Amino acid sequence: MAEITIAATLDNLDTVLAFVDQQMEEAGCAMKLMAQVDMAVEEIFVNIARYAYHPEVGEASVRCEAGGDPFQVIVGFADQGRPYNPLEREDPDVTLDAEQRQIGGLGIFMAKKLMDDIQYEFRNGQNILTLRKKG
Amino acid sequence: MTITKNVDHNTLRITLEGRLDTNTAPQLEAELKSSTGGISELIFDFSGLDYISSAGLRVLLAAQKTMNKQGKMTILHVNETIMEVFEITGFVDILTIA
Repeated sequence: MAEITIAATLDNLDTVLAFVDQQMEEAGCAMKLMAQVDMAVEEIFVNIARYAYHPEVGEASVRCEAGGDPFQVIVGFADQGRPYNPLEREDPDVTLDAEQRQIGGLGIFMAKKLMDDIQYEFRNGQNILTLRKKG
Repeated sequence: MTITKNVDHNTLRITLEGRLDTNTAPQLEAELKSSTGGISELIFDFSGLDYISSAGLRVLLAAQKTMNKQGKMTILHVNETIMEVFEITGFVDILTIA
C-alpha cells in the first residue's frame, strides 16, 4: 500500500489528490469511481487541514490501495491533531430550501454518502479515518 | 479551473472548466460578486466541469440566493458525477438544472 506524509495544509490538497489518483489509475480504476473517491478525499483532507492542528500546522499521512476482485479502493488518513471523530457530527438537513440551508457539515456528509463505508478510530495518539468504496 | 464569462443585456453566462473545489471556489465567488449586479438571468454551463466539492456547493447556494432576489439561475450540462452530488445533498431541489 502506497503512503505519503505531508503538511496538512490546503496548499497540499492537489498533492493528495494526485497521489490517490495515481494509485487508482495504476490499478485501472473506472473514472466515475475515481471522481467519487476524489470528492470524499478532498472533504476529509480539507477537514484535517482546517481543524486538526488549528492554529498550528501538523502532518497528515495518506495511504491508498486500489485493486482486487471485486475492485475496491481504500484510502486511510492519519493525523496527530486533536482527537475528533467527524462521523459523529450531525448530518445536515438536505430537505431545506435555499434560504434556510446551513452549509456546515455538508462536506463530511458528502464523503459519507459517496463512500460505501468510513471508519474512525483514535489509536496511538492518532485520528485514523479509513474510507472504502467498491467499484 | 477556467471561468469564461459572457454578458448579453441582463443575462450572464458563466462557463466552467476543470474542478470547482476548495482551492478554486473562491475564484468563482469573487467573479460572481463582481459580475451579478443588474443581472436578471444567470446561466452556468457545466459541460467542461468534471468535479464539485462542498466548497463549490457553497458558492452555488450563495449565487442561487442572490438570483432568487433578482431573477433566475439555471445550470446546464451537468455530468453524472456532479449530478450525484446534487442528488445526495438535496441541491437538485434548490437549483434549476436543465
